[in-house]
Amino acid sequence: MANPLRSEVVRLYKNLLYLGREYPKGADYFKDRLKMAFLKNKGVTDPEKIKELIGRGEYVIKELEALYYLRKYRAMKQRYYEEGKKE
Amino acid sequence: MSGRVLVGVKRVIDYAVKIRVKPDKTGVVTDGVKHSMNPFCEIAVEEAVRLREKKLMKEVIAVSCGPQQCQETIRTALAMGADRGIHVEVSGKDYENLGPLQVSKIMAALAKKEEASLVIVGKQAIDGDCNQTGQMTAALLDWPQGTFASEVSVDGDGLKVEREIDGGLESVRIKMPAVVTTDLRLNEPRYATLPNIMKAKKKKIASVKPADLGVELTSRLEILAVEDPPQRQSGVKVEHLVEDCPVASPSTLGIEVGGVLCCRGGTCLSSQYTVITAGLD
Repeated sequence: MANPLRSEVVRLYKNLLYLGREYPKGADYFKDRLKMAFLKNKGVTDPEKIKELIGRGEYVIKELEALYYLRKYRAMKQRYYEEGKKE
Repeated sequence: MSGRVLVGVKRVIDYAVKIRVKPDKTGVVTDGVKHSMNPFCEIAVEEAVRLREKKLMKEVIAVSCGPQQCQETIRTALAMGADRGIHVEVSGKDYENLGPLQVSKIMAALAKKEEASLVIVGKQAIDGDCNQTGQMTAALLDWPQGTFASEVSVDGDGLKVEREIDGGLESVRIKMPAVVTTDLRLNEPRYATLPNIMKAKKKKIASVKPADLGVELTSRLEILAVEDPPQRQSGVKVEHLVEDCPVASPSTLGIEVGGVLCCRGGTCLSSQYTVITAGLD
């Protein structure tokens, strides 16, 4: 892997791993799939390709944050607000 | 106006965890259970940070009362953008008896000590569900309050607060210093990601004892028992053809189960029964 990009990839992995602790299907489930996804692209050397993959990883981070927020919001709304109450 | 915002955050059992009552009925199982910041407190921290980002306030201080583990909750608040934290050490029996009255006395003392212009707390905690701390704090300080806030804006030397009330919204204008309690729709809290947590490690958390603030923690309440709610009745599958239903006529499309008119057109209103309606388009 290109040297400056290596630290970025490692940082991405750590961030995703941290986010995965709260994954609804379990932290282990998430960790397994995260590892597989990163290992699958182990051999990529083209810096452009690597940047594209990092971008995809950052997109997943945003998706996870949205997922966690929505889950929490919906749970709170269901518990504290009457069905059919005006949005 | 000092431009200092005091935000109260509470460490509660995570919202997604299934709560179990202790066999001796004295409380709920908390050992080894995942804890996190109360969702309404997250909204409070987010609002405070946004006010500072808009340069309407200068400093955000996150406060939490409880044992050592509360520092994790304060760290989350710091990762979300709070500038510094204050941990009020309360443990053991005092912590078990810590309720809104004691917390509001602590918040009031801190608000005076830190010369805060604004105190923001969540409207209620998902464990206690008291919905009292914000109101009591305002009363102890003799400050105005904007509770159930779904929108907060600075208006001159005061605040304009949109309140969520039964039947709609109420707009109030309150002078600062003031207390605000946050409702669900106020904002979308940011997630405390790993890089933010790392940055927050440099921020300070001061430790304080209630006695230093001149607050006495005795509670006038005694918990008698904590029990599970009554079991939900199991679902009953009911198959009806509208023509066969004893109560419904083609015009009402209602189906009666157990003497109660409980569904229309195939959807059980009480959600207690699964209704299969054959023959209804």
